[in-house]
Amino acid sequence: MLKKKKQYFLIFLLPTLLAFIIGFVYPFFQGIYLSFCKFITTSDAEFVGFSNYIEAFQDESFLHSFWFTVAFVIVNVVLINIIAFFVAYALTMGIKGANIFRTVFFVPNLIGGIILGYIWQLIFNGILVNFGETIVSNATFGFWGLVILMCWQQAGYMMIIYIAGFQSVPGDLYEAARIDGATKGQILGRVTIPMMAPSITICTFLTLTNSFKLFDQNLALTGGLPTTVAADGTSIYQTQMMALNIYNTFYANGNSRGVGQAEAVIFFVIVVAISLTQLYFTRRREVQQ
Amino acid sequence: MKKFSKIIALSMAGLMAASALAGCQPAEETGKVYYLNFKPEQDEAWQNLAEKYTEETGVDVTVVTAAEGTYEKTLTSEMDKSDAPTLFQVNGPVGLANWKDYCYDLAGSDIYGQLTNEDFALKNEDGSVPGIAYVVESYGIIYNKTLLDEYFKADWATVKSIDELNNFDALKTVAEEIQANKEYLGVDGAFTSAGMDSSSDWRFKTHLANLPIYYEYKADGITKTDAIKGTYLDNYKMIWDLYTDNATCDKKQLANKTGTDAETEFKTGKAVFFQNGTWEYDGCKAKDGEGLKDEEFGMLPIYIGVDGEEEQGVCTGSENYWCVNSKASEADIKATLDFMNWCVTSETGTTALAEDMGFVIPFKAAKEAQNPLVVAANEYVEAGKTPVSWNFTTMPSEDWKNGVGAALTQYSAGKGEWKDVVTAFVDGWAKEIAKAK
Repeated sequence: MLKKKKQYFLIFLLPTLLAFIIGFVYPFFQGIYLSFCKFITTSDAEFVGFSNYIEAFQDESFLHSFWFTVAFVIVNVVLINIIAFFVAYALTMGIKGANIFRTVFFVPNLIGGIILGYIWQLIFNGILVNFGETIVSNATFGFWGLVILMCWQQAGYMMIIYIAGFQSVPGDLYEAARIDGATKGQILGRVTIPMMAPSITICTFLTLTNSFKLFDQNLALTGGLPTTVAADGTSIYQTQMMALNIYNTFYANGNSRGVGQAEAVIFFVIVVAISLTQLYFTRRREVQQ
Repeated sequence: MKKFSKIIALSMAGLMAASALAGCQPAEETGKVYYLNFKPEQDEAWQNLAEKYTEETGVDVTVVTAAEGTYEKTLTSEMDKSDAPTLFQVNGPVGLANWKDYCYDLAGSDIYGQLTNEDFALKNEDGSVPGIAYVVESYGIIYNKTLLDEYFKADWATVKSIDELNNFDALKTVAEEIQANKEYLGVDGAFTSAGMDSSSDWRFKTHLANLPIYYEYKADGITKTDAIKGTYLDNYKMIWDLYTDNATCDKKQLANKTGTDAETEFKTGKAVFFQNGTWEYDGCKAKDGEGLKDEEFGMLPIYIGVDGEEEQGVCTGSENYWCVNSKASEADIKATLDFMNWCVTSETGTTALAEDMGFVIPFKAAKEAQNPLVVAANEYVEAGKTPVSWNFTTMPSEDWKNGVGAALTQYSAGKGEWKDVVTAFVDGWAKEIAKAK
């Protein structure tokens, strides 16, 4: 019986595999190939070697967007995880109406990024107008605006994962800790958090990669504005993250599509490197039950 | 059971293969037209015209309109598809540079023969014709005649008639007096909000910026340049300050203001002046109890304080060039050329272009447009004023325009200085030209 099943596994895998190859593997390799080309439409590209990469590394706005993204990711990962963790902690203490709160916190995650960006733009501008400012008049507003938006959107999702984590900690561990005379703080630090390391791993991974790849919210909330003008006349978009920068580079002119593509490949390598490192380190802290 | 699952598996695989192959059917011999339209204001009118053409000839015409400010992006992705647009637009020589390999040579085509003046075609050095302008438009400072007449009649008004309003100083006087007496006229400001949202910023980063470029080209006797000098940027500042200091809104809030905001302010009589073009007629004309009657529309040239500007007219030109996709099948190219020719020669086509879309088209069979803004623009030509040509088609890139626009916004918000606008304008120009080379 087992042998027969094995014969069919390829056939059953085929639809998904095909979809994966058509929708992911092929475009991925074509994308890498295109980063070495000069092209307007992807169907007729001309091979030019490494010149796109050289230009990408010289692109001031790309470097600026890298540092802006790094700063954003650090603040975002820390804040979202702390908020989600403590909201989950509060909601598993058995307070009344916990299910309603869970739903309320989770709902923002169901709204698309573009819509969220515009809604929050209205909210922020509605407040800032009283001070004669707008969300794009100062890069600091744009930065914290994005952070607030992302916390609001993502904390609920991470909260669900943390709640599952809390519920999976065996009750007898708490009991044993209490009998040993552990304080609430000690229980949290020595029992709950180590037992929840898998949830922390996955939440950190998700927030890290999501923040790095952020595009919709960035486009809708500030569009990268405001700019500063460098001495050579280049406008540097102060609140532009890497994905938006790549997108704008791609469409800038007839020579820049390959450069944008090269930047996208560099971006991919960075995201993979950082998230694998993170996985390696947080995995080490996980304990086997 | 075994047989059953085998059948399912095989039919699934068959289905997948069939759906994968469905995209590769040979093109029908009759040919079809796929027009990627640039102008969102005219989307509905184009859809109607396409429908009429299909009724008349049986040829399929698909019209897709790209959202405001996303034409280049939409075009890039559409051109990669197997059913690519057969008819698309470029905005002039700079836009053409990206797509020159995709443009069918229109020299000798029927529509080329219909042009009233060959200058309305884009030409390559080898004499081939990659694009043909299909609409000629004008822009300037649109004004509300009723409100401006009320100003002329007021005893505190220094300028007494539209004839005296023929240079920057007069415009400044009028604008400032209106702004100071806005309660008297029942307006919120002399000018509509100079919105710098992407739905409106092109009025300033592109159209208004045309004037200093026009005067510089004129002074230097050139038609394009790799290095702009910015000779008239002080004038650019003067007119920009005038717009933003005498407007319906606080200039710190410009980043939030949209094209619709300005349009609404103008059509509800909350502002006297509105820098925009002939295409705005449809948006501002009287309907549903709001808007201006035809006789209330007027258009002034944009005066920026250059010597001799009393003889300057409104800005007239085109940034809408039709190009036919040379990589489409022969049948499709033929169908597209027929459709284009029909649009500018047939009774239905010319009527739709003139009346539904309000276009002035540079073709022999053109119908006179009923658009009062076009009439106003023509009055300046008839009075012997020199129209300002559209030199913004030589601006180096969209990035350049965005850079200038963002610097303008920052300057008005009090967060940046004018010198940043100058740097983005002058140094940014050279930088962007170098990038595109």
